[in-house]
Amino acid sequence: MGEGSELDALRRGDEAAFVDLIQRLHGPMLRLAMAYVADHHVAEDVVQEAWLTAIRSLDRFEGRSSFKTWISGIVINHARSRRRKESRFLTFTSLLRGDEADRRGPTVDPSRFGRDGAWRELPTTWQNIPEDRLIGAETLDRIRSAIQDLPPKHREVIVLRDVAQLDAAAVGDLLGISAENQRVRLHRARAAVRKSLEEYLA
Amino acid sequence: MRCRDVVELMTDYLEGALSARDRERFEEHIAGCDGCRAYLEQLRLTLKAVSRLADEAIPEPVQAQLTEAFRTWTSTAR
Ligand SMILES: [Zn+2]
Repeated sequence: MGEGSELDALRRGDEAAFVDLIQRLHGPMLRLAMAYVADHHVAEDVVQEAWLTAIRSLDRFEGRSSFKTWISGIVINHARSRRRKESRFLTFTSLLRGDEADRRGPTVDPSRFGRDGAWRELPTTWQNIPEDRLIGAETLDRIRSAIQDLPPKHREVIVLRDVAQLDAAAVGDLLGISAENQRVRLHRARAAVRKSLEEYLA
Repeated sequence: MRCRDVVELMTDYLEGALSARDRERFEEHIAGCDGCRAYLEQLRLTLKAVSRLADEAIPEPVQAQLTEAFRTWTSTAR
């Protein structure tokens, strides 16, 4: 269903269209909420609140962004305010982490390259790893914890782009960051998750 | 281009953010370098696996509650 007709269906009160939408977007929105609040139950709560807000605001949604971008923005708002309420529980280290967000420097351990800048030992191919291992439950757990370990500003970018599958322009608007800044954060986030998978799959 | 630099351009490459000239040099390097080709493939497979984090079903009670809220909105809001 196209964007416009989706919104029209909701405004007509088409319940099947609504159920289809919340089923499709639950997973992405839950991961998005968890980019801000680590607790699964709190994240479930945040997503539910966001949907209730969305329902109340359906008449005001102007369709300038995609529906998914719009609901993502609502989830982010709810999740951030929930995180602020719970911020007294934040540890000192997690507060320090904010500064790491835009630090440059290599994403691959420099010792993997020789003095000429070429690989000392080639990365192994993952082509032969069976699908049920590559996307198996344990691997996904590993990825989830790798993402939780990222600085928050990297985490929100990788979840919006690679889990919720929003495009770069939408994410730039939602987070208010430049395209270049977004690419830097995305690059560091993806590289960190790859590294964690490499260690796990080895 | 050296492997050490090529790995840092992977996201810009995947995002289509390299200049035409850099893109050409990048692709030339990849074509001739097993290590960087394997690394790029690892990144692509990482992204594929990451996208699967979205596969989480909505709990039945949540779906029921939201559907009820939608029904209420439909019947009263306008
Ligand atoms: Zn190379």
